[in-house]
Amino acid sequence: MGLEDLYQQIILDHYRKPRHRGELAAPSVEVDHNNPVCGDQLHLEVRLEDGRIAEVGHTGDGCSISQASASMMSEAAVGLPVDDAMELIEHFRLMMHREAEPDEDRLGDAIALEGVAKYPVRVKCALLSWMALKDALQTHTATTER
Amino acid sequence: MAAELDPRALRADFPILEREVNGVPLVYLDSAATSQKPRAVLDAMERYYTETNANVHRGVYALAAEATDRYEAGRFSVARLVGADRRGTVFTKNASEAINLVAWAWGIRNLTAGDAIVVTEMEHHSNIVPWQLVAQITGARVLFTPVDGDGRLDLEWLEVTLRTEPVRMVGVVHVSNVLGTINPVAEIARMAHTYGAKVLVDASQSVPHMPVRFADTGADFMAFTGHKMLGPTGIGVLVADPATLDAMEPFLGGGEMISDVRVEGSTWADLPYKFEAGTPPIAEAVGLGAAADYLMDIGMDAVRAHERSLTAYALGVLSEIDGITIHGPKDPDVRGCPISFSLPDLHPHDIAQLVDRQGVCVRAGHHCAKPLMRTLGVGATARASTYLYNTEQDIDTLARALAEARAFMAA
Ligand SMILES: Cc1ncc(COP(=O)(O)O)c(C=O)c1O
Repeated sequence: MGLEDLYQQIILDHYRKPRHRGELAAPSVEVDHNNPVCGDQLHLEVRLEDGRIAEVGHTGDGCSISQASASMMSEAAVGLPVDDAMELIEHFRLMMHREAEPDEDRLGDAIALEGVAKYPVRVKCALLSWMALKDALQTHTATTER
Repeated sequence: MAAELDPRALRADFPILEREVNGVPLVYLDSAATSQKPRAVLDAMERYYTETNANVHRGVYALAAEATDRYEAGRFSVARLVGADRRGTVFTKNASEAINLVAWAWGIRNLTAGDAIVVTEMEHHSNIVPWQLVAQITGARVLFTPVDGDGRLDLEWLEVTLRTEPVRMVGVVHVSNVLGTINPVAEIARMAHTYGAKVLVDASQSVPHMPVRFADTGADFMAFTGHKMLGPTGIGVLVADPATLDAMEPFLGGGEMISDVRVEGSTWADLPYKFEAGTPPIAEAVGLGAAADYLMDIGMDAVRAHERSLTAYALGVLSEIDGITIHGPKDPDVRGCPISFSLPDLHPHDIAQLVDRQGVCVRAGHHCAKPLMRTLGVGATARASTYLYNTEQDIDTLARALAEARAFMAA
């Protein structure tokens, strides 16, 4: 099993030059997630506008996989209606558990993370930002409906 | 003086060290997490199951008596290794359970609201969380002795706290599983006793690696775990003065630990059985006894001398690496063998993954010491830790693997 599957160039590129890194001026919702196994930490901010994800910003500290995944997740999520984003998150989760054929159109660069599924301890790293986004969207829905 | 230890000769005793991973020889540098097991331990356990298996302490027949003898012989060897009284040597499931035993059996009945329990910022979670649980119930507070930039405990803070707070218990790790720091437990015990506090020493990382006499630690309680000292998983040890244990109520109830059971109440078995409820880990005690015998045959002075010199070598080699931060003391005389380090350009997780290609096993993460990670200002570290079977060549392989990992990620 080659490590090249895990550390594809596109992943390393997102790791070195993370997209959407930083904080937002006016987030609608923010969440903090961490991976208790390895100590990776992620602060995620999302700005929603008319039921769509207008902006995403992430900060924190983590391994190449979790950092690259946060960058890829942000790229894939920006512009999506909340419902579509929730579906995409589920699709990504299933891909990580090898329960879905990856859909490149929706995943964008994040399809490169497919190889992580072969390394069970790293799956949590890849999922961290996606689960944070899910939490952020659910938190926002819960608070605005109230 | 003890004979010098030859790791190359000892390696032949450890079957697993012959295997390959990823097509290259295994370079096992994670003994602080769990050690490998010598043939002597594996054989003793197999022999127990093939020749002597029966439940202990109950049977009248010869086989049961033999099983009991083997179980107790295991206890005798472990007690001898650390200079403990057989009656004050209690088998538990692991170090965590040994500490929980003290927290619950001693803590619940001796702590009241406002009392202070002092631990340190470099404790393993297993010497923090049991105290937090007991504090929740008793209303006691858990205070943390700070760790300085060199990875040493702030003993002045401890002295002031002992003087000004109603401290009842001081819990301290003998050798840090992250920093490697060897803490001056005898001095700490003297300070604590001056102010009437009890002392629990977590010896999980010291007993496997250096001579430890229970009496010399000055502690009231000492906990360690079988699987880090060449023994099997599933068994740990609590050592205490029998008088201390006599004054305590049991922790877990059940079979084996009673003298009499009546509907109106029960009385307890003699030590150490009062603290060993239910069928104990018998084969594991046999295995741990074999591990203690193996260590005593080599001599703990020789083990320590080997590891001191290997740690000095590793500190030298690793400190040559550009940009590396080595956490903890730099003087091999005041540290054990866990070496935690950080590289500016490689996350610990990536380090562990990439060096695995070279067959090198190092750990990445918070090492169950999250308060310490916060003090160090890191989320995680990479950690290499050695034992009596490691050689300078293993360290060289690690250094080479780290250089290759760097090159891979930069490419
Ligand atoms: C210093 C220290 N204390 C306690 C423990 C806990 O040992 P166990 O998990 O066997 O209870 C460990 C090992 O992880 C340790 O390194």
